Amino acid sequence: MNIVVCVKYVPDATADRKFEDDNTVDRVGVDGLLSELDEYAVEQALQFREKREGEEITVTALTVGPEKAVDAVRKALQMGADSGVHVVDDAIAGSDYLGTSLVLAKAVEKIKADAGADLVVCGMASTDASGSVVPAMLAERLGLPQVTLASVVESQGDQVRIKRDNEGSTEVIGATLPIVLSVTDQSGEARYPSFKGIMAAKKKPLETWSLTDLGLDAEQVGLSVAYTQVEDTTARPPRTAGEVVTDEDGSGATALVDFLASKKFI
Amino acid sequence: MSEVLVVIDHADGEVKKPTYELLTIARRLGEPSAVFFGSPDKGDAVAEKVKKYGAAKVYVVDDAPIKGFLVAPKAEALQQLAEQASPAAILLPSTFENKEVAARLAIKIGSGLITDAVDVSEDGVTTQSVFAGNYTVQAKVTTGTPIITVKPNSAAPEEAEGAGTVEAFAATISDAAKGAQVVATQPRQSTGRPELTEAAIVVSGGRGTGGNFEPVEGFADSIGAAVGASRAAVDSGWMPHAFQVGQTGKTVSPQLYVANGISGAIQHRAGMQTSKTIVAVNKDPEAPIFELVDFGVVGDLHSVLPAATEKITERKG
Repeated sequence: MNIVVCVKYVPDATADRKFEDDNTVDRVGVDGLLSELDEYAVEQALQFREKREGEEITVTALTVGPEKAVDAVRKALQMGADSGVHVVDDAIAGSDYLGTSLVLAKAVEKIKADAGADLVVCGMASTDASGSVVPAMLAERLGLPQVTLASVVESQGDQVRIKRDNEGSTEVIGATLPIVLSVTDQSGEARYPSFKGIMAAKKKPLETWSLTDLGLDAEQVGLSVAYTQVEDTTARPPRTAGEVVTDEDGSGATALVDFLASKKFI
Repeated sequence: MSEVLVVIDHADGEVKKPTYELLTIARRLGEPSAVFFGSPDKGDAVAEKVKKYGAAKVYVVDDAPIKGFLVAPKAEALQQLAEQASPAAILLPSTFENKEVAARLAIKIGSGLITDAVDVSEDGVTTQSVFAGNYTVQAKVTTGTPIITVKPNSAAPEEAEGAGTVEAFAATISDAAKGAQVVATQPRQSTGRPELTEAAIVVSGGRGTGGNFEPVEGFADSIGAAVGASRAAVDSGWMPHAFQVGQTGKTVSPQLYVANGISGAIQHRAGMQTSKTIVAVNKDPEAPIFELVDFGVVGDLHSVLPAATEKITERKG
């Protein structure tokens, strides 16, 4: 069995994230890293393998992104993934959800032809676009069921059961492999790469694919053929600093209530 | 005028407020047709509600055959409905489930998708708040039928009488769409408070509560607010994940957000920075949350909140 885990290289959320002149996300000028939310996906892929001791299970980490995005795959390899694939092509830059999901789907299909793709694992969202739609799009393109936003993942044979929080309820969802799975940050702390893991990662297979390798044309992806167009990006003006008072013998509560009353909240 | 499909947000036929916001927005783009996935015997009652906000048609899709099969069947039904109605746009309330329905639909009908819009103009230009609320993005779908998911509290619902003609829509659902199934559901106990994402006022607690949410809940109830929590409070097991505000929880955009004992990490700000008015109570004067506030109190929430609650209750008499 082979598990494909999709990982994204994103601008560091704690850095000063910004846009390029063409309104695409600046993915080069800002320090990047493996999206924190995809670390949980890597962790769950690894746990899936570890819980099923005795079975032959491999984990392939897949990313689509500029040259530096290979760091996301490297991190996954350091954590314990067996092999990596980095799809990089200048023509991919500026792809929207549809373009990105197309490249990912083609890459998963290619991995499937070589090593299999019985389970595709994603994070619940990227930390930059926060759309949470790529797993569903990937499932649609691959013709697979999707089981998303899992906080607990269990499997036996080809059956997968997950638990998740929904609006107003907790649900258990069942499906038969192959599926696309997404996991939340509630699924369990992601491991840190060990020194041994870091050294071992250097010897693991890491392939670089272009659009041609995937049988795609430059005209099928990228900014120019995106189904959506960003017309403008504006930095939000910093909130003007409000009044901050220090509570002394109950003065804070009085001031708070007065403020709320002045704004007609009470 | 072209139809604009609006997917109704409801719980067992009880129409939720974001539906009315969406219908209000839809009227800018064309003539709203509401889409009800639910029990056909509730169709008329739902139509009565949504016609007040301009729904000319109400498509009723019987959800009995697809219940429990999550998003894929809904995407198939909407695809078939879109082929019949040729809508000018398709709007859905921005929940995780609807975003996934929209995602599958976008691939099926080859259309662009914009998620988490906070506004949509007459010419279809959407406004989104990104990078934890630090940037505002204006975008447009340029290919296919615009599919837009819109966040709660993005428009004030405005009434406008529509015909509300009920039309049953029989969708054909493939077996392939039924590959994932809900096998068990455990409803969460209702708190009796407003729903977090829809509430006009949200009062949240974080690490500073030390696990005691009573002052936060008491204060919330005195001003009719929903209760939220920071990730630190959720990770500590003090509040269920469903209450988490932030990047990996709920994004809220209420009229008033009161953060108590919350430092204001970027992940939390991502979930609340677009709130209209922000208030914080925190012992630490250096807490980054104070950079965002319209009003702040440096003090212990365990004394400030109960005292404020008492004063508010007195005022109400």
